[in-house]
Formats: sequence, structure tokens, C-alpha cells
Amino acid sequence: MTDPAWADGEVLLRVDDLHKSFGHLEVLKGISMDVRTGEVVVIFGRSGSGKSTLLRCINFLEDPTRGTIELHGIQLTGGHRNRAKREKIRKLRMRTGMVFQQFNLFPHLTAIQNVIEGPVTVKGVSEAEARPLGTELLGRVGLADKADEYPIRLSGGQQQRVAIARALAMSPDVMLFDEPTSALDPELIGEVLATMRYLATDMHMTMVVVTHEMGFAREVAHRMVFFNEGVILEEGTPDEIFNRTRFPETRRFLDAVL
Amino acid sequence: MTELEPTSRRSRLVGDLFRREGAKGVAVALLSTAVVLFAIGWLVVHSKNWPAVKDSFFNAQEFRDSFPDIAQKFVRNIEYFLIGEVFILSLALFLAVLRSLPGPVFFPLRALAITYVDLFRGIPTILVIYILGFGVPSLGLRGVPVSATFWGLVGLVLSYSAYVSEVYRAGIESVHPSQVGSARSLGLTRLQALRFVIVPQAVRRVIPPLLNDFVALQKDTALVAFVVAVPEAFKEAQIIQNADFNFTPLVAAALLFLLITVPLTRLVDWLSARERGRRQGGAVL
Repeated sequence: MTDPAWADGEVLLRVDDLHKSFGHLEVLKGISMDVRTGEVVVIFGRSGSGKSTLLRCINFLEDPTRGTIELHGIQLTGGHRNRAKREKIRKLRMRTGMVFQQFNLFPHLTAIQNVIEGPVTVKGVSEAEARPLGTELLGRVGLADKADEYPIRLSGGQQQRVAIARALAMSPDVMLFDEPTSALDPELIGEVLATMRYLATDMHMTMVVVTHEMGFAREVAHRMVFFNEGVILEEGTPDEIFNRTRFPETRRFLDAVL
Repeated sequence: MTELEPTSRRSRLVGDLFRREGAKGVAVALLSTAVVLFAIGWLVVHSKNWPAVKDSFFNAQEFRDSFPDIAQKFVRNIEYFLIGEVFILSLALFLAVLRSLPGPVFFPLRALAITYVDLFRGIPTILVIYILGFGVPSLGLRGVPVSATFWGLVGLVLSYSAYVSEVYRAGIESVHPSQVGSARSLGLTRLQALRFVIVPQAVRRVIPPLLNDFVALQKDTALVAFVVAVPEAFKEAQIIQNADFNFTPLVAAALLFLLITVPLTRLVDWLSARERGRRQGGAVL
């Protein structure tokens, strides 16, 4: 690719030889990838190929069996946890924002309370101080007028946008999206993708996105990574993936979803 | 079952009937109820010993004479109930949280909470009240209250806390684990997630079942009367009954309890229906 801003950016997130097993089932079989500042990486592949597990390992919602995650100088290896490691994990999580398939908003809090929960509880910012930030972020996802609504009163698309704002509130270095549109009705997918596009192009947010939305990938991704049975089978620019696929597995998958 | 409309939150006894069957249905229901009640009443009134029973249980004069005294003592029942409830709700929540503490470090606390709950759920409330109400004051410990009322109430609190903590725990466990995931992805610690995300949701969900226990507690304040010299409505009724050789005061006491418990029960029904409606109305997260 020619001259994208991120291409010679520094490596922000490094995943090195990551393994994850659930019992006897090895879901990740040695994943290595670098993500540069400002880069948008789309991960795609069949369900069960380990995409979501990788995201959950990056912020240690799942403990990798072995391997290394390095983000902004915080280096963590898989395996046993101790006190020092737990503290590092918390630091790592504060620098990664995660958006879930099922939104997972806190139903007992209003939209804006959801957004500022992180700053208030984790960073100890007072609610009064955090509110302007919350309002601003809700404005960015187009929901300034819904600040005081409870999640139950919001559509799925709106809930997911609040969830994005909530993740942004911690000013993360990287945003992880775990199939953010899979649980949405078709007519609501567009608004969430538009928000994500805005994050990528206007805010230059570094993003790792697990999705089947190939239109979004083609337009927004800098790099696409194809997962197959716990390994990265193929990666490349959208142009390379869509037009010059090297592996028949990738081709078959693309033919199935396109 | 037909579709659940928001109206099902209202009085479900008559309201539903009206919606399903219309005015005619309600009329039929009222008529058949009247017939049944009349039949039962007729049978009772025409039983051989009715005059004697009527005089000893439903004596109007006795009722008028005893009611004010019993009602006055009933205020104490309400007092015990309110004071007890405050302590029960806090102690039970504390126990439930102890039991939900994550990780191996907290195992002793979890074990302690489990033991407590097993113990006090396993002993009849009246025995706990008896043992504490008679036992502790007679120990004559220095600096320990000797009031039987106090220890009777403590017994009630200890016993009910065990039940109520199980209600809380059910609430805590009903909160989907993904809520913890999203809280922790923001950087909240496990305890922060418990305190700010899990417990608030759990408490909201268990309000109707908690109120159920409220109703039971309101009745069980009468158990404190089994400990000597604890003034409350049932005890007062017993005293009058013994003096007048008439059971009407007990009926009066029963009426007073109903006055509180029936509206409370209806409130619980209404709240439960509303909670159900809310959960169905919203996306299941």
C-alpha cells in the first residue's frame, strides 16, 4: 500500500506465539501479529476459528495458555497469575477498549452513567467531572439526546453505540470489536458500522475488529487477517484478500459470506 | 396463555377476568363466589355448637373491649418488623456478598457464610428465638443486654438473614457473567465489578421475593411473644383471652395481622408482575 499514515507507525500491540486451550481443545495454535498505531485490522473466519478468543486473550478476559501480549510497554505472558500480574492486567485493560457482540451495557445505569462508569470507578474521576466527557462521547456516537435513557429504552444499534462510547471513555490505545454487529437486526447494522468508520477515519483509532461485514472491511480495513482452525492462514490488504486470495479456504469463506 | 399486555400488571384477580371474559364473566364469578360463601356460612352457622363457638370466638362486645389494647400492642409488632427488617436486609446482603467473593483467597469467608446459612436455615425460627431469648439473658454476662425482647428480636434477625441472604444470592447468580466481562474490560477489579455492577442489578431483581419475606417476617414478629414478657399483639391477646375466658381477642389480633399482610402481598404481586413485564419488554442481555 502507498503511504497510509499507519504504515510506518510504531507497533502498538504485539501478539507473539499466543496459544489458548480450553481443556483438551486448542483454540489458538500460535498466533503472532503486530498492530501499528492508527491501523485498522479486520479479523475474519469461520465461527470457532478462534477470532473472539484472540480478542478476549488480548485483554486477558481469557488467560492465554502461553505466549505474549505487549501493548505500549506493558508486557504480559500467558499462564499462572500472581498479584503483580493482576495489576498489570488491569493496566492493560485500561488501555484497551472492548465492544461485545451482545453490547453488555449495564442495565441499571443510564446511557451516560454507562459511559462514565470506567472513569468514575477505575480512574476515580468525580461524576460531575466525568459528565462533560460522557456527553461529548455520546455526541460522537450520535446519541447526545439519549444520555439519560436506560439501555432498555434504546434500540440494539443505539445500545451498541453507547457501548462504543463507554469503551472510548477510558481513552484506550486500541479498540477491540468482537462481532459488534452480529446480534443486530439488519436495519440497525449500518449505524454501528458508520460509528466505527468514524472512529477509524476521523479519530484515527487503532482497531482490531472481528466481523463478517466484508463491505466494512473492504472500505475501512488496512489489513485483513483470515483465521482458520486456530492459526492465521492468510493476511493482506483488502485488495489482496478480495482480489488475489492465495488460499482456497479463504476463497471459499469469502464466497460464502459475500 | 394469551399475550401478556401491560395491563396484566394491574389487579390480576378481577382485571384479567374482565379482559378475558367481559362483564358477564365478572358477574358470574361474583355470583358463584357469593353462593359458595353463603353455603359455607350457612353450614357453619347451623352447626350444633355454633352458638358456643360464636360466643367464644366472635363475641362483639369482647372484640370492642379488647381491640384497642391489642391494636396498641400491635404497634410493637410493626416496630419489631421495621427494626428487624433493617438489620436483616443488611446482614443478609453482607452474607450473600461474602458467599459470592471470588477466588481461593476468600474461601474461609465463603465457608463461614455457608455454615451460617446452613445453621440458621436448619433451625426453626421459634427455637432460635427461644434459645436466645431465654439463654443469653440467663448467662448474666456483663455488658450484654438482658432484655428478652432484644434477644427475641436478635433471634428473628439471625434466622431471617439466612433465608434472605439466599434470596440475594439467587439474584447475584442471575446476573449474566458477561456483565462481569464488560465491567472488567473497563479495568474494574473483581470487587468493584461486584459492588457497582452485579449487586445493584441483583438487588433490583430480588425486590419482589424480598417483599415476600417481609410479609412472613411481619407475621413472625408474633413468635417473639413466646419469650416471656415480650409485649406485642399476640401476647396481649393471649393475656386478655386468659382473663376473660374468651378467644375473640385472638381473632382481633389475626385481623390486625391481615390488615398489614394482605396489602403487602398484593403489593408484592404487583411488583413481581411489573418486573416480569420489564424483563420481557427489554432485550435479554
